[in-house]
Amino acid sequence: MNKYLSWPLMALALSGSALLAGCNSGPKTLYQWESYQPQVYEYFKGETPKEAQAEALERDLQKIASTGKTAPPGYHAHLGLLYLSMGKDDQMVQQFRTEKTLFPESGTYMDFLLKNAKTGDVK
Amino acid sequence: MISRSLKLMAGLLALAVLGGCVSPKTVDYSAYKQSRPKTILVLPPLNDSPDVKASYSMLSQVTFPLAEAGYYVLPIALVDETFRQNGLTTPADIHQAPADKLRNIFGADAALYITVTEYGTHYMVISSETAVTATAKLVDLKTGTTLWTGSARASSEEGGNNSGGGLLGALITAAVKQVINSSTDAGYPIAGVASNRLLSAGHPASLLYGPRSPKYGTD
Repeated sequence: MNKYLSWPLMALALSGSALLAGCNSGPKTLYQWESYQPQVYEYFKGETPKEAQAEALERDLQKIASTGKTAPPGYHAHLGLLYLSMGKDDQMVQQFRTEKTLFPESGTYMDFLLKNAKTGDVK
Repeated sequence: MISRSLKLMAGLLALAVLGGCVSPKTVDYSAYKQSRPKTILVLPPLNDSPDVKASYSMLSQVTFPLAEAGYYVLPIALVDETFRQNGLTTPADIHQAPADKLRNIFGADAALYITVTEYGTHYMVISSETAVTATAKLVDLKTGTTLWTGSARASSEEGGNNSGGGLLGALITAAVKQVINSSTDAGYPIAGVASNRLLSAGHPASLLYGPRSPKYGTD
């Protein structure tokens, strides 16, 4: 792009986004969400196979890793739930542990789930 | 006479413009500030609307505003499965679950009880409106104290973007539209805006910022 044109354009775009933002501080987020919420809805609707849901979340995890941001609360736990329903217990355990590492606040619940998984009384 | 009414109108307009972000409503945050919840357990919403999709459409979109406000939000679908495994299969049953059980199993400081009162599309002669309305109550699971209550409505017929959802809401709606076929579930993106408006922090009478937000303690 033309060097002399690009600066005014950028300034215009910036002031435009400042205006649009209004009372909000802007679209900067704490987490990188990708398709987490739509995937949770897919889970409830039950129209897509669990395998496809897990694949979509794994694909998005790679995107998140490449930007160095964090997956939102519940993302890894939800992936663990999908692996649980697919009978992939090792991967389930791994995801629940990752959730706990990223968010120690989840410790009580993750420990409850891991304990139940160990005794065979799954979920 | 004319100039006086013009002046009055200009004054009112200025007030409306300045008003923007200011709300006359004041909220007592003393119990909330004393409780300082870190983790929030969102229970499947009660549904007073005729559309059976309302509860889970809303539930699947509450994590964004709460987590971005700085709270840890217990994993939505996994929590629902745990309730089912324990024989609690309807939102009404779950809303009756004792607080100490919820605290012990999920390790949550507070629970959010939501009721969806409106969800769906009204067809009119020349246009149609899809709207979602919900109310919410945040309850301390140790003391049983209500920390905060709120309500919000979102509609497909809203003009402009000066509403609570703002740019963020518009972005979410746009993102969501690509994923969900809105002709089969027109309420879903609107529920996303309503959820964002109801549960995001940083505006009058809203939830306070939680410990994971850089703005924690500033409101």
